[in-house]
Amino acid sequence: MLKEKVISSEKYCFHCGEHIITKVYVQDDRCFCCSGCKTIYEILTEHNLSNYYVYNKIPGKTQRKIASNFDYLEVKQVVNKLIDFEDKNRTIVTLYIPAIHCSSCIWLLEHLHLLQSGILQSRIDFLKKQVSITFKNELINLKQIAQLLSSIGYEPLISLQDVVKNSQTIQTDRSLITKIAVAGFCFGNVMLLSFPDYFGLDHFEHEFKDFFGWLNLAFSFPVVLYSGSDYFVSAWTNLKAKRLNLDFPLALGILVMFLRSAYEIISQTGAGFVDTLCGLVFFLLIGKWMQERTFHHISFERDYRSYFPVAVTVIGDEIDRPIQLGDLKAGDRILIRSHEIIPADAILLKGEAEIDFSFVTGESIPVKKILGEIIYAGGKQLSGSIEMEVIKPVSQSYLTQLWNNSAFIEEKKRIKTFTDTASKYFSVVLLCIAITAGAFWIAIDPSKALAAFTAVLIIACPCALALSSPFTLAAVLAVFDKNRFYLKNTAIVEELARINTYVFDKTGTITNPDAASLYFNGKVTDQQMQLISDLSRNSGHLLSRELTKFINKPAVFSVQEYTEKIGRGISGEVNGKYVKLGSSTFLNLPLTNSSTGSSIHVMIDDVYIGFFMIRQQWRSGFKDLMLSLSKRSDLHLLSGDRDHEKKQLIPFFEDSRKLHFEQSPQDKLNYIQQLQKKGKKVVMFGDGLNDSGALKQSDLGIAITDNINNFSPGCDAILDGISFHKIPQFIQQAKDGIKVIRISFVISLVYNTVGLYFAVQGLLSPLKAAILMPLSTITIILFTSITVRLFARKNKLL
Amino acid sequence: MNIIYLLIGCSILLALIFLAAFFWASKSGQNDDMFTPAVRILFDDEIADKEIEISDQDHT
Repeated sequence: MLKEKVISSEKYCFHCGEHIITKVYVQDDRCFCCSGCKTIYEILTEHNLSNYYVYNKIPGKTQRKIASNFDYLEVKQVVNKLIDFEDKNRTIVTLYIPAIHCSSCIWLLEHLHLLQSGILQSRIDFLKKQVSITFKNELINLKQIAQLLSSIGYEPLISLQDVVKNSQTIQTDRSLITKIAVAGFCFGNVMLLSFPDYFGLDHFEHEFKDFFGWLNLAFSFPVVLYSGSDYFVSAWTNLKAKRLNLDFPLALGILVMFLRSAYEIISQTGAGFVDTLCGLVFFLLIGKWMQERTFHHISFERDYRSYFPVAVTVIGDEIDRPIQLGDLKAGDRILIRSHEIIPADAILLKGEAEIDFSFVTGESIPVKKILGEIIYAGGKQLSGSIEMEVIKPVSQSYLTQLWNNSAFIEEKKRIKTFTDTASKYFSVVLLCIAITAGAFWIAIDPSKALAAFTAVLIIACPCALALSSPFTLAAVLAVFDKNRFYLKNTAIVEELARINTYVFDKTGTITNPDAASLYFNGKVTDQQMQLISDLSRNSGHLLSRELTKFINKPAVFSVQEYTEKIGRGISGEVNGKYVKLGSSTFLNLPLTNSSTGSSIHVMIDDVYIGFFMIRQQWRSGFKDLMLSLSKRSDLHLLSGDRDHEKKQLIPFFEDSRKLHFEQSPQDKLNYIQQLQKKGKKVVMFGDGLNDSGALKQSDLGIAITDNINNFSPGCDAILDGISFHKIPQFIQQAKDGIKVIRISFVISLVYNTVGLYFAVQGLLSPLKAAILMPLSTITIILFTSITVRLFARKNKLL
Repeated sequence: MNIIYLLIGCSILLALIFLAAFFWASKSGQNDDMFTPAVRILFDDEIADKEIEISDQDHT
C-alpha cells in the first residue's frame, strides 16, 4: 500500500489564518484548520452573514479551544447577578468577549438577530470588548445566547468577578468631564469679556466695563464652587491630616483670586483676575484628566475569582445540577470535565486525572493523580471527566487562603512622590514670601499691603507645577503603552524609577509557555522522522501538533489503520511500517523512564526507538536581559517548580542562594517581605495565581502575559511577553521621566519668580497674570511632551 | 451701542444651550464609547448576498 500524497505546505485557514500543518478541512473550496473554523463558516454562510469575511481578510480566531459548558446559566441566582435589566418580555445583558478584535467582529456581533430571532439588539463596545444584548425572554435564554456566541467563535468570558459588577469608575469619569466642560465654557466666555478691558475702553464705553465685570463674576461662581471644588476638599482633608500637598497652594490661589476679583468688581476698583482663575481651573482639570485617562480597559484588580468558574456541576442523587461556587460545601461530589478548573480542594474519586498546575504552583509539567489523592483547587483537568469530593469550601482552599493575608487587606503603601515632597516646601516658602511682602508694605504703604499679599498668592499659584507631573507621566504611559507595557496608574512610573531588586517567577514568566521546544532522546534516521511526522499530522492533540511543527517535513505518506486513544497516544501504518507514538503506558513500556508526563515515546514495528522530551524555552532576549540587569541590580528567582532547571539558570543569577525552588505562594510573599525589610525596592515579575501574594507584597508587581485579554493576577502593571526584553529600557524611561518632571519644576519656578517680582512690588495687573499663567502652562505642556518623546527615542521605545 | 447688551445676552444663551446639550450627551453615555460608532457607520446596510470571492480579490 504505497500511496503518495503531497499536501502543499502553503495552506492557511480561511477563517483564522492559521498555517495548516495537520489535516485540512475543506468546504466550498476553502481550507480550514479545524472543524471548529469550518463550522463557523458554515453557520455564517447559511445565514447570509458571509460579509464577515469581506470586511477583514482573516477575521476569525482559532477554534481549537474546547468550548465551555454553560449549564450554570440556567441557575437563577447566577443569571440575576449577570443581567443588567429584566422585565416580563425583555432582558438586557452585557457580556465580556475577549475574542473581539476587528471590524468584522463588530459587524457580526451586531447582526446576531439574523442568527437568532430572539435577539432584539446587540451593541458592541469595541475597546471594552463588551457586547450588550437585548433579547426576548420567551424565545431565548442566557444559556442559549452564550452557546450561540460560542458556536460562532465568540465565547463570552464569565467569571466570578463579573458577577459583582462595578460601574463606579464610569460615574467619576463623567463627572470630571462635566467639570472640565463647565470650566472651559466659563473660561471661553470670560476671556471674550475681558479682552475689551485689556485693550482699553474709550470713555463712552465705560458703562460696559461694569457690565462685563458683573458677567465675569457670575461666570466665576460655577468654576470655583463646582469645577474647582475637588481642590478645596482635598486641601482641607490633607490639612486636617497635617499634610501639605500641592492642592493647598492651589486651593489658596483659587480662593484668593476669587475673593480679590469679587472685591474689585463689586467696589469697581478693577477688573479682577477672573479669566486667570477660570483658565487655571480649566488647565488643572485637563491635567487631572490626563492623569486618570486609561488607554485600555484592562483589569488590574483580578484575583482568583476571575480565574475560577462561576459554577460547578454537582452530582446529585438523581440529576447533576450546576451550583454557584459560593454554595459549594465540603462533602459535595463534583464533576470536572476536560479543561475545567478544579474550584476547591477535593479528593479524586473517579476518572483519570491529569492536572495542569502551572498557574497555581508554577509546576511546568502536567501531573497525573491517582484515586483518593487530594487535588488542590486551581488545577486544570486535561483529559476526560473526573469526579471528586470537595473537602474544603472555595474560600478556604490551599490557594485561595492566600487572599486572607494582610497584604491583600491593606492598601499598598506608596512612597512619597517627588511632587509630594516638593509641594510641602513650596507651600511653606510661598506663605513666607506672601507674609513678608504684606508686612513690608504695611510698614511702607499700608494701602498696598493687602494687594501685594494677595498678588503673591495669585501669581505663585503652582499651576505649571501641578501640571508638570501629570503631563510627563501621561506621556511616559503612552510610550509604555505603545510598547505593550500597561501601567495601572501614573504613580507606578515613579515607583519603577526607584527599583533596585528584581524577583522573577520561572514558569510562564521567564519561560515562554507557547514555545516549548522538543528534543529527541535516542537514535533516529531521517526516514523514520518522516514516518513519525506523517502519523502525528493526523492528530489534533497539542503534543502531536508541536511534534509535527518540530519535525517540519512535508507530508509524504498517508496513514492506514489510524487509531487515536485520547490523552494516551496514536498509532497507524505508514509506508508499510507500523508506528506508535504516545505515553509509556500506551506503548507498554516498563515504567523506568516515565518520570514525567510530557514525553512522547516512539515505536516503529514494535522496536523502541526513543522518546521526544519537551524542554521549556526562555523568552526571547532573556539571556541579554539578565546580563544587562545583573550589572546594576540584585536578581532573584522564586519558582514553584522543582529544581530540574537549576543548573541552566545559575549562570544568570549571581549565586545559587538567590535561586529558590518549590516555593509555595505564601513562601513567595514572605521572601519579598524579607527583601523589603532589608530596605530593597523590589519588583516582582510573575504570571500565575501563585505569584499573586508576591505581586501584591512587592513595591511593584508586574504580571507577564502573552495575551492581555487572558487572565493575569492582580498587579500594578501588565507586560506583554513580546516586550519582555525591553525591561531595562522601560526602567531607563521611567528614570528619564522623573528627570523631566524635575526640569519642568525648575522652569515653572522661573515663571513664578518673574511673577513674584511684580507681585511683591504690588504691581501685578490682571493683564500680566492673564499672560503669565497660560504661557507657563503651555510651556510646561510642550516641554514635557516633547522631551519625554525625545527620551523615548533615545531609549529606543519609539 | 446698547445693542451689545442684547447681543451678549443672546450669545451667552446660545452657549448655554450647547453646554446643556453636551451635558445631556455625556449623561446619556454618548461619549463612553468613542471607537465603535466610527467603525459601525462604515458597514453596508443591506446584507449582501454577493459571493465571498470579493474578500479574496479586493483586499490585496
